[in-house]
Amino acid sequence: MSSAETSAEALEAREYFKGISDSVCGIVEAEKAPKIWLPAFAAAVGLTGVLVVSLYILLTEGTGIWGNNNTEAWAWPIVNFVFWVGIGHAGTLISAVLFLMRQKWRTSINRAAEAMTIFAVICAGLFPVIHTGRPWLAYWLLPIPNDMAIWPQFRSPLAWDVFAVSTYMTVSILFWYMGLVPDFATLRDRTKSKLKHTIYGILSLGWRGSARQWHRYERAYLIMAALATPLVFSVHSVVSFDFAVGQLPGWHTTIFPPYFVAGAIFSGFAMVLTLLVPARAIFNMKHIITDQHVENMCKVILATGSMVGFAYGTEFFIAWYSGNMYEGFTFLNRMFGPFAWAYWTMITCNVLIPQFFWFKKIRTSPFIIVGLCILVNVGMWFERFVIIVTSLTRSFMPGSWHYFSPTMYDASIFIGSFGLFFTLFLLFLRFMPMIAMFEVKGASPHAHAGVKHH
Amino acid sequence: MSTDKPIDKVEDKLYGLLAEYESPGALIEAAREVRDAGYTKFDCHSPFPVHGIDPAMGIKPTILPMVTWGAGITGTGLAILMQTWMNNWTYPWNIGGKPLFSLPMQIPIAFEVTVLLAAFATFFGMWGLNKLPQVWHPLFGNDNFVDKATCHGFFVAIEADDPKFDQEGTTATLEKAGATAVEAVRYETSKKHRALPNGVIAFMALSMCLALVPFAYIAKQRASTSDKPHMHINPNMDFQTKNKPQTASDMFADGRAARLPVAGSVARGELKADDHFYRGLVAGEWATEFPKEITLSAETMERGENRFNIYCSPCHGLTGAGTGMINQRADAVGATATGWVAPSNIGQESFAKQPHGQLFNTITHGIRSMPSYGAQIKEADRWAIVFYLRALQRSAHSTIDDVPAGEKPAIR
Repeated sequence: MSSAETSAEALEAREYFKGISDSVCGIVEAEKAPKIWLPAFAAAVGLTGVLVVSLYILLTEGTGIWGNNNTEAWAWPIVNFVFWVGIGHAGTLISAVLFLMRQKWRTSINRAAEAMTIFAVICAGLFPVIHTGRPWLAYWLLPIPNDMAIWPQFRSPLAWDVFAVSTYMTVSILFWYMGLVPDFATLRDRTKSKLKHTIYGILSLGWRGSARQWHRYERAYLIMAALATPLVFSVHSVVSFDFAVGQLPGWHTTIFPPYFVAGAIFSGFAMVLTLLVPARAIFNMKHIITDQHVENMCKVILATGSMVGFAYGTEFFIAWYSGNMYEGFTFLNRMFGPFAWAYWTMITCNVLIPQFFWFKKIRTSPFIIVGLCILVNVGMWFERFVIIVTSLTRSFMPGSWHYFSPTMYDASIFIGSFGLFFTLFLLFLRFMPMIAMFEVKGASPHAHAGVKHH
Repeated sequence: MSTDKPIDKVEDKLYGLLAEYESPGALIEAAREVRDAGYTKFDCHSPFPVHGIDPAMGIKPTILPMVTWGAGITGTGLAILMQTWMNNWTYPWNIGGKPLFSLPMQIPIAFEVTVLLAAFATFFGMWGLNKLPQVWHPLFGNDNFVDKATCHGFFVAIEADDPKFDQEGTTATLEKAGATAVEAVRYETSKKHRALPNGVIAFMALSMCLALVPFAYIAKQRASTSDKPHMHINPNMDFQTKNKPQTASDMFADGRAARLPVAGSVARGELKADDHFYRGLVAGEWATEFPKEITLSAETMERGENRFNIYCSPCHGLTGAGTGMINQRADAVGATATGWVAPSNIGQESFAKQPHGQLFNTITHGIRSMPSYGAQIKEADRWAIVFYLRALQRSAHSTIDDVPAGEKPAIR
């Protein structure tokens, strides 16, 4: 290779790197957001307002405003908790598991997916706390020394849950922020404004891209990925223990941990696509988040959706094979009982809908992808609804059987939590680098420009 | 091509030389040559981690994994200790009779705490080992570096402190390694430029002070008394519109919230109209016959013995002579001197003369220091006990002649 060729290759590489910085930082640096951003943000803030008002009423009136009753003590708040935690898992899966598997395509989506994880876990954390009825005493969940010698009961999966979800939240934030530091440094070095320079300067911790620092940074990133990978599996396993350790037919099954984890990844990828397919069009990121990346995610949805379908089948088989009459009744009741409509919604959305992703034509049509992904999330919400509500409303004692009807506050708090989620996500898209620039640069073929093979 | 800024300020100091390279590959080659030339105080800068640069620069593997490992093990130990201390030692907590200490139940939390501490150690350890956060660095004074280092530029910086450093020779080394530009980097030694901006310091100080306010408020509230009622965060849960037992109500003439049944109302199955069976009375006198509901059979006798042994024998003794365990104990501790009323000997003449109904009534309501057993023993059982008492009274005055001939050898 002549030196002229080397220079041409090097020049092309540098222009590519600069182009990545320009397009990603351009969103943050632009005076005005894209036209659709402001109305979307206004709508999200409006829904957050609904959440705030509903929470105010909840706190002053008590949990009696919900549809929960003695039979159905968990109901929507716990359905929503499991739903949001599950959504969060795709972010960690993309950032950690795919990193360990050396899947380079993850670099275009991991930042946004990690942000989604954190915002989803914030929404998730809200629900168990308000479900306690007296959220100002929520710190009782933690092992804090007190003069009444009250400690958590560590045989309870609910106590495990506190540790699992709070660890998950903390580690997700650390991992996310660690990834952001070099990109904050890029923003710091580009800005002309003194205020922004100070803010980005603090956020970037004085990062200057030294090789000795990169060496430790990369090692730390690898370790964090290796820690986050078992963590993400443990979190949804522990969430499933909340049910599986109970005695209730329909909950008391050993298949729950893997089945919940597969469902979490399934719903999380659907949410990633729901967010990023429009975002990449609005912010002109199609050259970074390519069609191939979107297709890959569709395939993950297809795979995990089929796993979830298989788990439904296994559950049924075991209900029959175990010969346990209570299990058998519970599952027949799900299919044909008073909540059959919810069950069949779940089967349609979670088992049948993802099968469309077998077709390449569908995997490449953005509108259809978003539509199907929204249906998948509807289905996954109903999965948790079916598990929680059908089992509790038809438990061992027919005397306590009850139909469950939600109230408007159940709905307004759930819808409001979407407002909170989208508010945070839209702020993220506007004010933070939505794509991990240094990772995209490092994973591109240009990163090897001029490398001689010895 | 080296460009030198004139040294026109006294405090101006040379940091070192900064060389730019055109590509990641060129940077690796340059790093190798700089290292081979014997430099030790140098560093490379790139917008992303360049793979292959570590061996070229001779970077030794970081000790970070050991830090992570240590913190992780600490987390595991702490979590197991915490759970054992809280659930087994300071507050032994019996859950369904399971062993107090069991490792499997501790695994989930031990795992989470391990990950938590390991992640903290990795995160803070990495920044610490990298000597970050850093407010200021001489390289940030170089415009070319700031423009490109975190975007698309590749740099080698050799410090003037390096023993091998000499401006011309080092410049030549860097240029020979393919640098497209070499610059001397200078910085002012005054600390003014390295400090955090005043605004930032003020903001941090202010937020730290404000963060203390809630704690100060709580501390003050805990240390002082108040004649105002408690705060009620959720008043309608604390003050519910309902009446609790034994409270007053303005609604009723008698002022009580709890209502009595309508006069003369009788609960189902509680009429108890049969005086003989329920009260042992026949026409206002003690019944001398057993009521018709009671069958005088061996079965009833056994039932009576069984109930007597449970409820009566602790005081009256198994023979009814008043020598039960409790009385023996009372004698042993000298309680008789301080007013212990010994249980009656049921076998004595005066009791044998009492009608069935009167004995029944004594069991129902008690007498002297004997408590009532009406609440514990059902009517039919009380009659069975009376039936058994008659047998005890009969045996109290029996002689050897009363024993059936076949049984006599067994008693002797």
